[in-house]
Amino acid sequence: MLNFFLLILIYSGIYALMAIGQNVITGYGGMLSLTQAGFFAIGSYATAILTTQAGWSFWATLPVAFLISALFGLAIGLPTLRLKGDYLAIATLGFGEIVRNVLNNWDSLTNGPMGIQRIPMPVILGYTINPYKKYAFLVMVIVFVIIAYILFQRLARSRMGRALAAVREDEIAAQSMGINITKYKVYAFILGASVAGIAGSLQAAFTLSVTPGTYTFMVSVMVLCMVVLGGMGNFKASILGAFIIQFISYFPQLTGLSSVIPPQFKQILFGLILVVMMIWRPQGILGREATRYRKRAVSTTGGEQ
Amino acid sequence: MILLETEALTRAYGGVVAVNKVDFEVESGLITGLIGPNGAGKTTLFNNMTGLDNPSSGKVWFNNKEITGYPAHKICRMGIARTFQNIRLFKELTVVENVMIGRHFKTGKSETKGRFLNAVKSYVMLREEEEEIYEKALDWLDFFDMDASKNELAKNLPYGKQRELEVARALATDPKLLFLDEPAAGMNPQETDHLMATIRKIRDLGITVVLIEHDMKLVMNICDTITVLNYGQKLAQGTPHEIKKNPSVIEAYLGKDEE
Amino acid sequence: MGIAEFFQHLMNGLTLGGIYALIALGYTMVYGILKFINFAHGDILMAGAYIGLFVFDGLRGDAPLGTWTMIAFFLAMLISMGFSAILGMSIERIAYKPLRGATRLAPLLSAIGVSFILSNSAAWAFGTHSRKFNYPFDNTPVHIGDVVITPHQILILSVSLIMMIILKLFIDKTRMGKAMRATSLDQGTAMLMGINVNRVISMTFAIGSALAAVGGILIALDFKVYATMGTMTGLKAFVAAVVGGIGNISGAMFGGILLGLLETFGVAIFGIPTGLKDTIAFGVLILILLIKPEGLFGKVEKEKV
Repeated sequence: MLNFFLLILIYSGIYALMAIGQNVITGYGGMLSLTQAGFFAIGSYATAILTTQAGWSFWATLPVAFLISALFGLAIGLPTLRLKGDYLAIATLGFGEIVRNVLNNWDSLTNGPMGIQRIPMPVILGYTINPYKKYAFLVMVIVFVIIAYILFQRLARSRMGRALAAVREDEIAAQSMGINITKYKVYAFILGASVAGIAGSLQAAFTLSVTPGTYTFMVSVMVLCMVVLGGMGNFKASILGAFIIQFISYFPQLTGLSSVIPPQFKQILFGLILVVMMIWRPQGILGREATRYRKRAVSTTGGEQ
Repeated sequence: MILLETEALTRAYGGVVAVNKVDFEVESGLITGLIGPNGAGKTTLFNNMTGLDNPSSGKVWFNNKEITGYPAHKICRMGIARTFQNIRLFKELTVVENVMIGRHFKTGKSETKGRFLNAVKSYVMLREEEEEIYEKALDWLDFFDMDASKNELAKNLPYGKQRELEVARALATDPKLLFLDEPAAGMNPQETDHLMATIRKIRDLGITVVLIEHDMKLVMNICDTITVLNYGQKLAQGTPHEIKKNPSVIEAYLGKDEE
Repeated sequence: MGIAEFFQHLMNGLTLGGIYALIALGYTMVYGILKFINFAHGDILMAGAYIGLFVFDGLRGDAPLGTWTMIAFFLAMLISMGFSAILGMSIERIAYKPLRGATRLAPLLSAIGVSFILSNSAAWAFGTHSRKFNYPFDNTPVHIGDVVITPHQILILSVSLIMMIILKLFIDKTRMGKAMRATSLDQGTAMLMGINVNRVISMTFAIGSALAAVGGILIALDFKVYATMGTMTGLKAFVAAVVGGIGNISGAMFGGILLGLLETFGVAIFGIPTGLKDTIAFGVLILILLIKPEGLFGKVEKEKV
C-alpha cells in the first residue's frame, strides 16, 4: 500500500515535468500542443537506446535526451507555428502519432512493438538508485521537479514570461511592441519539449523497459488535463494537477476496486475534467500565477465574459 | 529633416488597390495629420510603414535607411511605435504590465555583448532588470496620470483610458516616431481636449507624431502639416490652412455624393 | 499500370474519398460558422456506426439477405442519422455553447474532452472488441471487364452522392441554408437581420452529425465497428476539409475525394507501405498548411488591424 502510494508520487513527479513543459507552451504561450507524449517517448528511447546499446550511464544520456527532444521541439515548432490554434493542435497530434509509428516500425533501433528491456538502473556516487526501492527514486524525481520548477518559474517571471503573455494576448500588438513573436513561440516549444524529454529519461530509468504502447495520445491528453485542472500559467498548479490526475489514474488500484471500476473510468473522468473546467472554472484550481504586478487575482482566461 | 518617407508606395489586394503610388513624408519634430474619407487607405498606409503589411511595390525610408518589408518587431526596435484603430491592449494583463511589455527589447540585449551572455546575465540578474523595467513603466504611467490604476486589468479601464494606455505602451519603446491611428475615436469633447494637450506634450519630448483622425477640430488644431488621401491616392499636402482652402479636398469631403 | 488496374484504383479511391467527404462536411460546416474544430466529430461517427449496427441487427433478426435486409439497413441508417443529429446538438448545447466568446483555446479543450468521453464511454459500454457490421446484401464482387466492383462500393458512391446533392440543394435553396451562409459570413450581422443564430448553429451540428453517422455506417461495413474507429477516420476527414479549404462545403467534398484517391494511388503507384498509409494524410496536411494554408478553395482570412 505504501509502496503503491510511492509509485503514484513518482509518476506524479515524472508527469509534473511534462506538465511544466506543457504549461510553458499552452499556459504561457497560449498554443495548444498535443504532443507531449511524443517528446516523452523521444526522451525515453534516447536513454533506453544509449544505455543498452552504447553502454552509457543514465546520467550521460540525460543531456542527450534533453537536446534531442529540444531539437524535435524546434523541428516541429518552426513549420507549425505559422498555424493558428486549431491547426496547430492537429499538426502536433499528428507528430505524436508519427513518433509512435516510427518507434513501432524501426525494428533495428527500437526493437519495434516489443520495446527495449533491461535498461540499467541509475547510479550516483556508487549508490544504485533502485526503482524497486522507491524512496531513493522518489527523492531523485523530486529533485528534478524542484530544479525544473525553479528554472521555469524564474524564466516565466522574466521578460520572457511577459513576452509570451503578450504573444498569447495579441500577436499583432506584441509584434508592434518589438517582440519577435516567432522566436518566443519556438522558445516555448523547445523548452516544453526538452523538459518532457527529461521526464522520458526518468520514465525509462524507473520502468527499466520501454515500449511504444506507453506513449499514446492519452498521455498527451492527461498532461493537458493536469495543466488545465491546476491552472494555466502557473507552475505550482501544474505540479498539483499532475498529482491529482495521477491519483485519479491509480484510484481503482489504490482502493482495491479495480475489479468494480471499469478501466475506462479514468479516461472518461479526464474528458469530463476538461469540459467542466472550461465551462465553470477556466482558470483552473489555482488560477494564473499572481505576479507582483497583479495583487488581486481577478483574471479569467476563458469562460463567459 | 525628413524622418520618414515613402516612395510610390502601393498596396494592392488582388484587383483592389488600397494605396496607390503614395509619396508620404514626415518632417522630424512636427505633428503630421493623415486624413481622408473612410476607405481612403490611411490605415493600410500605416500598416505598410510599420511592417504589419508589406507593400506590393514602392519603398519606405526611415532615418535615411530603407525599411521596406522589415518585420514589425524590427521596425519597432528602430524607433517607430504605433497604436491601433480598434484598441489592441493585452487585455488580461495589468496596466503596468502592458507598459512593461513596451520596454521588452530595451533590456536583455545589447549590441556590444554576445546574445547568449546577455541572456544568462538577464536571467541571473532578474530582479535588477525587472526593477528597471518597472520604474520606467511607472514613469510613463505618471506621464498619463495613470499610476493609480497600475494594477488594474487593462480590459477594466474606461474606454478613454484604454486609448491613453495604448499610447503609453507605445511610448515605452522610446520611439523617435509615433503613429496614432484614430486616437480620439469614441472620446467625448473633454477627453479630446485632454488628448490634444497630451499629443503636444509628446511632441515637446522630441517625438515626431503622425496621426490618422476624423475629428477635424483636433486635426486642424494640432497638426503642423496634413496629408490627404482619397481612393488610395495622395490628394493634397500642406498646412491646415492650405488644406482647408484646397478645392479638391473640399470636393472629396463634401462635393461627391458618396460622402 | 494498365487501364483496368487504373480504373480499379480509381474506383477504390472514389469510394474511400466519398466517405471522407461525408465526414469532412461536418468539420467544415462547423468551422464555417463557429470557427473552431469539433474534435468530437470523429466520435459522433463512431456513435452513429454503433447505433446503425444495433438497429440493423435488431431489425434484421435471422432474416436472410433480401429486400427486408435492405429496408432494415436504410431504416437503421435513418435512425442512426436522427440519433447522431440529436447527439451532435446536445454536445453543442452542453459543451460548446457556454464557451462562445471565451478564449479560442476553451472550446478546443472542451471538444477534446468530449471526444475522450465519447470514445471511452463506448469502450466501456460496448467493450473494446470490434464488431462486424454485416452487409445487408450479397457483396459478391461484380466484374466489369477487368475491373472488380463490389455492391458495397456502389452503395457508398450512390449514398454519398445523393447526400451531397441534397446538402448542396439545402444550403443553396432553402431559407435555413441561406441563414447558415449568412451566419458563417458574419454572425453579428446575421443576428441583426433577424436570423436565429442559435438555431442555425444547432442545425449545423445536426446536419454535420447526421452525415457523419452515414459515413460511419458505410465505413463500418468494410472496417468493422469499434470504440476508437472515429479517431483516424475523423482525422483524415479533417485533413480533407483543410485541403478543400476549411469552411468551404464544395471544397470539403472535393478534398475528401482527392484524399481518397491520393491514399489509394499513393499505395498503388508510389509503393508506400500499407502500414504507413495513414501517414499520407498527415503528409498532405502538413504540405497544404505550409504551402496554401487556406486550402485549395478557401479564402485568405486576414486579421483586420
